[in-house]
Parts: sequence; structure tokens; C-alpha cells
Amino acid sequence: MEWRRRHVLGLSDFRPEEIEFVVDTARSMEEVLTRDIKKVPALRGKTVVNLFFEASTRTRTSFEMAGKRLSADVVNFSSSTSSITKGETLLDTARNIEAMTPNILVIRHYASGAPHFLSRHLSCSIVNAGDGANEHPSQGLLDLYTILKAKGKVAGLKIAIVGDILHSRVVRSDLHSLGRMGARLWLCGPETLLPREMARTGATLTSDIREAVRDADAIIMLRIQLERQKTSFFPSIREYCRRYGLNRALFSLAKDDAVIMHPGPINRGVELSDDLADCDQSRILDQVASGVAVRMALLYLLAGGSHAAH
Amino acid sequence: MLLIRGGRVIDPASRRDEEGHLVLSEGKVREFLAGEAPKNFPGRVIPAEGKWVVPGLIDMHVHLREPGYEWKEDIRSGTLAAAAGGFTTLACMGNTKPVNDHPEVTRFILDKARTEGAVNVFPVAAVTRGLEGKEMTDFTELSEAGAVAFSDDGKPVASALLMRRAMEYARPFGYLIMTHSEDPELAEGGAAHEGWTAQRLGLPGIPAAAEDIAIAREILLARQTGGRVHIQHISTRMGVDLLRMAKRAGLAVTGETAPQYFTLTDAALEGYDTNAKMNPPLRGEEDRMAILEGILDGTIDAVASDHAPHEDYVKRCEFVAAANGIIGLQTSLPLTLALLAGGKVSPSRAVDLLSAGPARLLSLKGKGTLAPGADADVTVVDPDAEWEFRKEDILSKSRNSPFIGWKLRGRAAVTICGGRIRHSCQSGIDTDG
Amino acid sequence: MKKAPAKTILDGKGVERVLSRLTHEILEKNKGAGEIVLVGIASGGIPLSRVIRRKILSIEGVEVPAGFVDITLYRDDLSKAGYQTRLKRTEIPFSIDERKVILVDDVLYTGRTIRAAMDALMDFGRPRNIQLAVLIDRGHRELPIRADYVGRNVPTSRGETVEVRVEGEPDEWSVVLTGAPAGKGE
Repeated sequence: MEWRRRHVLGLSDFRPEEIEFVVDTARSMEEVLTRDIKKVPALRGKTVVNLFFEASTRTRTSFEMAGKRLSADVVNFSSSTSSITKGETLLDTARNIEAMTPNILVIRHYASGAPHFLSRHLSCSIVNAGDGANEHPSQGLLDLYTILKAKGKVAGLKIAIVGDILHSRVVRSDLHSLGRMGARLWLCGPETLLPREMARTGATLTSDIREAVRDADAIIMLRIQLERQKTSFFPSIREYCRRYGLNRALFSLAKDDAVIMHPGPINRGVELSDDLADCDQSRILDQVASGVAVRMALLYLLAGGSHAAH
Repeated sequence: MLLIRGGRVIDPASRRDEEGHLVLSEGKVREFLAGEAPKNFPGRVIPAEGKWVVPGLIDMHVHLREPGYEWKEDIRSGTLAAAAGGFTTLACMGNTKPVNDHPEVTRFILDKARTEGAVNVFPVAAVTRGLEGKEMTDFTELSEAGAVAFSDDGKPVASALLMRRAMEYARPFGYLIMTHSEDPELAEGGAAHEGWTAQRLGLPGIPAAAEDIAIAREILLARQTGGRVHIQHISTRMGVDLLRMAKRAGLAVTGETAPQYFTLTDAALEGYDTNAKMNPPLRGEEDRMAILEGILDGTIDAVASDHAPHEDYVKRCEFVAAANGIIGLQTSLPLTLALLAGGKVSPSRAVDLLSAGPARLLSLKGKGTLAPGADADVTVVDPDAEWEFRKEDILSKSRNSPFIGWKLRGRAAVTICGGRIRHSCQSGIDTDG
Repeated sequence: MKKAPAKTILDGKGVERVLSRLTHEILEKNKGAGEIVLVGIASGGIPLSRVIRRKILSIEGVEVPAGFVDITLYRDDLSKAGYQTRLKRTEIPFSIDERKVILVDDVLYTGRTIRAAMDALMDFGRPRNIQLAVLIDRGHRELPIRADYVGRNVPTSRGETVEVRVEGEPDEWSVVLTGAPAGKGE
């Protein structure tokens, strides 16, 4: 199989072979990261622009690192240092950047579908680094990669995702990456943040964290936006923590070798107790390390093909 | 003098549906003739064999954007699109700039329509000053200036108290209040119908309840006040159910829907197509079926396009930031005629929805009928014409339609307004200057 | 265009003999197996390096470290090469610092693969030297690169393909030249 995709906008239309292709490529990239000199010349002469309309130091840094490890020139363009505040439209901003002939545009935007929109108007490859509440494909892939590394497989595993399901783009990508590889997914959160329609994905929905966690092989805790409280999604952070915070006692319901994951940044003591965040079974830092390998894989794959010839 | 020869004359207001000939003179319908066509007719003859001859279509819900947003549409371009779509009368909403909350604005629109309009235009004035939902407009002055109804369309009247007062105050004078029914808090920040599609695309949802609650509110206020209210662009299943219930209870509540709500569902949003973005949003299949049911059983009184022109660039952006609304004047007729395919909607019912119904709702004298003495507004419909709706066929200044590229069936062959031919795609029949 | 029939350059026994000679040459030049490490270039060089390693073991009684390197990420034609295909593995689970690295490949052609492999090796450490062993040298060099140990020099035209098979049992091994236009040399 060869890689024919020009953009990575989301995992919703990824075939299992493609997901596997990325994972396999990421494994080779991970090997590069174990070397003394953690850099290969694969993307020499290529330019990757990180276009970030939302603050996200870790995803941006991860893409930046991935690009640099592949010897690409990486330029960061974020809303705080740009002309966006001057009322420029998204398309105008993107076209301005495209005029500088990047090969790959990595975009993070608060509006769902923004990368899809740009992909129809620009000629460079586009990687979605998170769009609104839609998808965060590289996160979905690195979550899969992390679980594969920890467990050797995902098929048949019970994986619980706990937190603000409604607003989470991580969930919408995990549903595709983990779901398509055969995981049994459980989505858990307060009913106000757990849209019923999500049952159509085949996931099991519950507002009871004990049910979600019981016998789970992996638990992905989502960051709760503290400001959601103001819009009445739940009564208080204290109450949220009591119902949906993962602590030792709850974690003991999971399988003995269960792993804990979190896309970050963590609210320590809110969705995840302090001790669990750092425990042996936490794979949170593994996720960060895997993230670079997975993003290297995506950038590398998109840099091939005649479409990348700028 | 004009003779429309040999068509199927469908005039639900006079319960007529038969082959014959229609004579127009001096801007009025003179008579219907059955049998042989008159020989040596001393005037123009429009052959209509194989076609339908119906009262000029009335779109009771359009945005002509003039004054204030002439780059999106103006009275000239909007009425030309209307004529091409078979419409001879439009009721235009008041969310212009300035808002039509003052008789000067109403008169401006009417003057413009008289001098530049291709078809009749009846302004709808705002219910509240500046559409701000705080103070009522001067209903009497606006009505005397020519406003046919009142609506804050584009925005709901958020205050139940103000809505109550408006209905109550308007009641003795017979002024019609029309509502864009939406609970603003429930709908806040939403960009798509709250359902599977919105979940899948990660779009903030607008729950059906946001519309249903507001419709229920209008109905309960109509009951409380004995007033009359017309619900605009109904898109939900419960909305239809509530209206049906209100009618059964004998309340003076009526409702319209738009072709998009019985033609499309939120599945059209796939790929973040901003031309499928509107408010109320395209709903689920269950809602679409309920709208069809409401049309079949007479719960829904009219089909109106909610023609809402927008320039390309406010649609060429990320979905949540895109403007709401689509144009509809040139697609409303064929999309409504598509309802005939199942055999449940009769041609006469379709004409009622697009002409007689709106005329009744807006109390437009001499419109929506072909009875002798009625205005000479006539649409000759070719029900079998198959055509593709192409971008270059759009007469509106804006092209925001999800139906571009659709193969449609049925169109206006000739549109006659006040006895003058305003549109023709029939060979040998030219339009009047 | 009519193609010439495939021509066998080496059969199983021939490959075996050539690799034995190469191994002896490597050992002779390096005065034993002491500081040697073997790195096969994926994919073709990997089975060859395995055979050489076995032969060193039987001659010298020493198990030399052996790894392999995938040069895809070091290619100079990545953006011209069409769609990306699967990466192969790189595995050099030992330090190459101050070691004599014997780079092993099946066919030496333009020299670009060897350039890429040397760049890759440099990222793993600083070897004392790098030596190149190839089974076939078919000419047409595009870079100033020369092998230290050559199994067989085979004059070819650019239209031809050299197929090396060193998988399975030794009697299945072969080197075959195919695809040359009939009666046309270069």
C-alpha cells in the first residue's frame, strides 16, 4: 500500500489499513527518536507552517518538534502574533501564508470544519491539529499508538473515556482510531456533557464512572474546562470532581494492569487525583513522547507524492 | 387584452380546476372561458396547452435587503428573481438597514417597488423598534403606510410579555403578527440542528426545543389574548404538532414552512457546506416527515421561501462563522411541485400553499385567485419541464443555494403581473419592458 | 520492445562461493573480526549480511554485532518519488563508535543508496571507518563511491534489472539479469 491522502482533516474516513500504516510509520519514527542524533533529513527543504488560532503550547510544540526531527523548516504562526485581531478572514490569513509556499499547513482552529474549508481553497497539504469540537486526528492516533504500545493490541479492550464528551474533539477522533481497531469504548460524563446521539457510534454511554471504569483496560480522562461550570453544565468543580474525578478507589475497579491516559493539560485534583497522575500505570508522558513520533509519521507521509511538489 | 389559451386553470379560491381559457384586461382577470378558444382574439395570445394556469404565486417570506444591504439583493434584482420563479407578489421582511420600523422606510420600499420592481412587493414591518425586542412600533402608521404584517424575523421577540402585548394590541385592528419562533438562550451559539450530524461534525447544536418552546409560547399567548399569530418557517416535528393542536382548539394561529425544510435534512451539512446553514437549521428526517404530514393534512397554511440572499464571502468561511440563510425564489415552485410525486398532494393544494394560502393569511385583496375582477397576476406553470438549477441562471445578486446543480421538474413558463408579462421562457412570448 | 531472456549470473553455489571469498577478504583486510560490525541496507543487504555473519562465526568463531538500516528517510529524491510507501525498520542495537562498519548491500548502482546509508550511520555515532561490501557492482555510478569488497562486476545497461535472491535454502539463491532490450547494449 502507498499513502495517497493529501490532507489529514480527521479520522472519520480513515480505513483501518490507513490507521495501521500511520502506526507502522510512527514505529520507525520512534526508532529515530532513540538515536544519538534524533534527526533525519527526510523533509529537508520542506516547510511546515503551524497556524494556530487557539493557544495550545503542547500540540504546537509537538508538531514543531516532529517537523524539526524530519529536517523541515518549521514556522509558527499563532493568533496572538498575527493580524487575526485586525479582522482578517480565515481564508485571507491562510492565503497569505500559502503565498510563502509552505508544503504542509498544520492548523488549529476553534471552528469545527475550518481545516476542511481551507483544504478546498488552498493547494498545500493540511493537517488538522484540532478543530472546534470536531476532531483532533493526531491525538486520536497517538492515543491508539500509546495503548498499542502498552497492551500490544486494542481489539477487544475496554477503553473508558471520561469527562466533557460534548465539547471534546479528542473523543471524536478516538472513536474512530480506537473504535475502528476494535476497542469496546465507554463514554462517561455528566448527562449535560454526554450527548445521547453518541450512542450511534457504537460506544456505550453512562453517567456512572464506576460502570465505565470497571474492568477497563485503559482509561482516558479528559480535561474539564473550568469555565463550563458558569454555563450550568454541572453545579461546581467540587461536585464534578466528586462524581467524575478518577481516584485510587475508583481506579481499583479497573483491570490490574489498566493504564491511565490524559490528553493534557491536567487539572490535578479535579479530573485526576494527584497520585494517579504520576503512578506507574499512568501513560500520560508516553502519550507526549508518542505524539512526536505519530506527528512525524503524518508529516512524512504527507510530504510524499506529486501533490507535495512545490 | 391578453388571452391565456388552453391551459389547465387551477384556482383553489374559486374551486376551479379545469381546462379553459383566461382573459385578462386592464390589469384584471376578466373571465374564464370553457370550450373552444375564442377566434380572432383582439389581443395577445399566450398558448398554454399542456400547462397550468394558476393565480400568481405569492412568497410571503423574503428578504429583499433594500434598504441597507443592496450588495446582497435589492428590490429590482429580488423581484426579477421572483418573476423568474413564478412569483408575482412578495412580502419582504423588515430586517433591513434601517429597520422597517418607521413609515418612511415602508414608503421607501413601496416607492422603490413601484418604480423598479418587476412584481408586487408588500412590506412587513418590525414588531419592535430596531428589532430590539423592547418597544412596539407604531402599528397604525406603519399599516397605513402599507405594511401588511408585523414581524421581527431574523430575531425572535424574546420577551413573552412584549409578544403578549403586541398580540393583544393588534387584535382589534386585525393586524397580523408573524413570528420567528426561537428561544434565544436555548439556541445561543448553535450552528446546526442538535442531532447526530451536529455531534458527528462537532458543531454546536440548536435543539428542536428552542423552536418548539417558542411556538408553544406564541400559541399559549394567542389563547390568552384571543389574538392572531402566524408562525414563520416551521422546521420541527413538534412545531407542526403544536400548530395542529392549536388549530383544533380553534385558535387563530397559522403557520408556514419553507421548501428546504421538507426537501433537505441536516445531512446536507456534510463537509461543512455553509450553503446548508440557516436558522432555523435543517432538521432531522423525522422533522422533515412531520412537515410533509403537516402539508398533507392542512396544518401548514403556506410555503414561503425565506429567500435570504448573502454575498459569497460571508458564506465562504468556517461553518460557525457563516451567515444564515439561502436564496429560494427560483427554486420554491419546483421543490413544492416535487410534493406531487407521491400523489398525496394535489396540484390544487400546491397552488393553495403558494398563492391562495398566503393571500388569505396576509388579507391581500384581489390576489391569490383568478376569479373575475381579481388582479391580473397569473403564472403559467409548465409542470413537466425538467431543468437544472445552474449558478448562471440565478437572477438574485447572491448565489447562496444548496440546490445549485439539482435537476428540478416544473417551472414558471410565463409570469404575468398586473397584466404585464414579467418573465417568459416560452418561445415567441416576450416580456413587457 | 522485445526483451532478452533472463540471464543467470550466479546460481546458489556461485553466490555461496562469492560470499565466502568476500568474507575472507573482509577478515583479511581487517586482520580478524575484532572491531567489525555488520550493517545491512534494507531490504537487499540484510540477508547478505546475515550470511557473512554466519561465515565469520564459522571461520573465526566470533559473533560480530549485526544490524540493519533503512535509508528511506535519507533519500535525496523523496519529493520526486511519488507516494510514500511503508518505511522499513532500522535496528542498530549496539554502538558503532570507533568500530569498523561493514556496510552490506546486494547491488551497487548509482551510489545514492550508499550515500544515504552512510549519512544514516553517521547519525548513530562516529565509526572508525566505513567499508562497503556488495554482491554485485553493475556500474553507472552517479556519485564518487566505490566498494571495498565486490562479489562480481556485471556490466549492465540502465534498462536492465539485477535481481538478487538470497532467501531460503542456499540452492534457491540466485542473481539474475533481466529486462534488457534485445541486441542493444549501452
